[in-house]
Amino acid sequence: MTLDAIVDGISEVACDVLVIGGGTAGPMAALKAKQKNPKANVILLEKANVKRSGAISMGMDGLNNAVIPGYATPEQYTKEITIANDGIVNQKAVLKYAQNCYKIIEELDSYGIRFLKNENGDFAVKKVHHIGTYVLPMPNGETVKKALYRQLRRARLLISNRYMATRLLTGTDGRVAGAIAVNTRTSEFLVIKAKSVILCMGAAGRLGLPTSGYMYGTYENAANAGDGYAMAYHAGAALANLECFQINPLIKDYNGPACAYVAGPFGAYTANNEGARFIECDYWSGQMMLEFFNELQSGKGPVFLKLNHLHEDTIKEIETILHKVERPTRGLFHEGRGTDYRREMIEMHISEIGFCSGHSASGVFVDDFGRTTIPGLYAAGDMASVPHNYMLGAFTNGAIAGEDAAEYAANVDFASFDAGAVALEKERVLAPTKREDGIPPNQIEYKTRRLVNDYLQPPKVTRKYELGQTRLAEVRDDLENRMMVRNSHELMRALEAHSILDCADMAAFASLYRTESRWGLYHLRTDFPHKNDEDWFCHTLLSKKDGRMACEKRAVDPYVVPIAEDERDLYDKQRIRASA
Amino acid sequence: MPLAPTFTTVPVVVDDAKCIAEKGCTVCVDVCPLDVLRISDTTGKAYMAYDECWYCMPCEADCPTGAVKVNIPYLLK
Repeated sequence: MTLDAIVDGISEVACDVLVIGGGTAGPMAALKAKQKNPKANVILLEKANVKRSGAISMGMDGLNNAVIPGYATPEQYTKEITIANDGIVNQKAVLKYAQNCYKIIEELDSYGIRFLKNENGDFAVKKVHHIGTYVLPMPNGETVKKALYRQLRRARLLISNRYMATRLLTGTDGRVAGAIAVNTRTSEFLVIKAKSVILCMGAAGRLGLPTSGYMYGTYENAANAGDGYAMAYHAGAALANLECFQINPLIKDYNGPACAYVAGPFGAYTANNEGARFIECDYWSGQMMLEFFNELQSGKGPVFLKLNHLHEDTIKEIETILHKVERPTRGLFHEGRGTDYRREMIEMHISEIGFCSGHSASGVFVDDFGRTTIPGLYAAGDMASVPHNYMLGAFTNGAIAGEDAAEYAANVDFASFDAGAVALEKERVLAPTKREDGIPPNQIEYKTRRLVNDYLQPPKVTRKYELGQTRLAEVRDDLENRMMVRNSHELMRALEAHSILDCADMAAFASLYRTESRWGLYHLRTDFPHKNDEDWFCHTLLSKKDGRMACEKRAVDPYVVPIAEDERDLYDKQRIRASA
Repeated sequence: MPLAPTFTTVPVVVDDAKCIAEKGCTVCVDVCPLDVLRISDTTGKAYMAYDECWYCMPCEADCPTGAVKVNIPYLLK
C-alpha cells in the first residue's frame, strides 16, 4: 500500500455554522454556537486532530491578559492595549473582550482548568505589563486541551478531523456560502455548505525561516501556516495592518518562548551581556522589540534571560512551570546544551517574522462581534485583528463570534453559489498531483521563506522590498506551474506553501503602502523613519480587488475609552534610562 | 529534475517492544499536530514518516505504554 495515496472523490454536506480550525478559538466558537442554538447543526473542521491541534497543543502556562475584578478594569485594559499599539486599535472590540473575558475564565475554571490562587482563594494575578496587572499563571495548564475536548464531546459537536479547508465559497449575493476542503490523508474533497463560517485558523507562523535548518522549528505551532489569511484574502475579505509583523523574543535555537512573563513576577528579567536590565518592562510591544533588537546589534548583545540571581526554591518553581506546561521539550533542550538557570544566563534571540494578533495586532479585519467584511463570515483568535489576544482572547472572541454566527445562521437561508467554483478549485488543488516531474513543495516553501528573511525582515528597506517582490513572483510562477507532489501528505504541504507565499506577498504589499514607521521594530522603515500621525493615524486594509492586491486607509473609530495626551507615548519609553 | 531521498535523523523514536500499534492503538498518530507519524505496514509499529517535527510532545505524553520519545534533533542541539 502506498503511504497516503491519492484517491479521487468528492462529497457534500450542509450545516448552519461551520467553524474552521480546532485549536483554541475554534472549539470555543463551536461550543458557544451550539449552546446559543441547540437545534443548529455545527461542524468543527480541523486539518489535524482537535484533540491536540493548534497553538496550545501541549498546554499553556498562563493567561497573559486576564481582566479580573479587583485587579484591573476593562477600561484600564483597553487603555493599555491602545497605547501599546500606538493608538491604532478598534477599541470597541478590545473593550468587549475585556468585559467578557472574566466570564470565560470562570467557565474554563468549571472545566477543571486550574488557575493560580492565593491563600484566600482569590486569583493570584501578577504584574508584567507596563501599567496594569493582568497575568494569571496556570499551574496545570497542560490539561487545557483535554478539558476543552471533553466539553466538545459532551455537546455532541460534529468534528471533522483531517480535512484542510482550501477556499471559501462565496454566494452570488456576496454572503459566505461555505467552504471547500481536502482530506489530508486521501485527497478526497468535501464541499461544506454553511449559513455562517467562522475562521479560527491560527497565526501565519511559518512565514520567516528559522536558521536552525529545520523548517518546522518555528516559534508558533508549525501547522499554523497562514491558511486562514489566504482564504479570507481570496474570498475578498479585508485584512488589517498586516505591516505590523509579529516578532517574538525566544530561547535562541530552541525557538520556543523564553517566558519572561512566567519568570518575571518571580524576579527574573531580560538582561544584556553585562547582566544588566535594558528594558523597563518585559511585556511585548513593537517598542520593546526594537530595544531588544538594538541591544542585540550593539556591543552589549547578546541578550539573556537572567535567573541565576534567584533562590534555588524559586528556580525550581519556575522550572516546573516552564519545563512541564507549554513547551516541555525546553527542559530537554537545556539538558542537551548543559545550560542551567542556576549557573548562567540563558541566551535569547528574536524570531523570524510572522502574522499573529496573539501578541501583535494584524489580521483579518473584524468588528466587536468577530464579523469580517463579508456577511456571514467571522474570524477569531490569532488570525483576527483584535490586538494582543493571547489564549484568553482566542477563547473569548471565539465565544463572541460563535454566538453571533449562530444567531446570523438562524435568520438566513443558504447562499447560492456558482457550482463551477468547486470544479475550478478541485483543479487548482490537484494540479501538483498531475505532474510527472517538478519541484517538491518543501523547496518552494524553503525558497519563499528564505526570501522573506532576506528581504522582508525589519528594518524594512524599500529597495529590498521591491527586489523581494520580484523574486517572490518568480517563486509563484514555479508554485503554480511546476510544483509536484506524490501523495496526500505532500499535497497538504503544497497547499500550505500556497498560504505561505500569499502571506509573504501580503506582508510586502502592506509594508510598502504605509510610508511611515510605527509599532517599533514591527514596522520600522528606514526610508520613513518617523511616526507620522497626520497621514497615517489609521488602519490599513488590504484586500483583493479585481483579482489584484489593493490597500486603503480606514479611519480609527472614535475611542470609547479616552486616552490623555500625556499617556499616549507611555510605551515609547521602554529603554531604561542611564543611571545618574 | 530527478528526486533524491535525503539522509537524516528524525527526532521521534518509538520503542517497538513497548508499542502496541499492532493491537489497533493509533494514539500518537492521532495527536500529532503536524501529522507526521504513521503505523508501518511492515512492522505494525508506529514510526516517524515525515521529518516535519515541532518538538511539541503530545505523542510522547499521550502514549499509553510510554513507547514514544521526542528528542531534540542534532541541528538544534
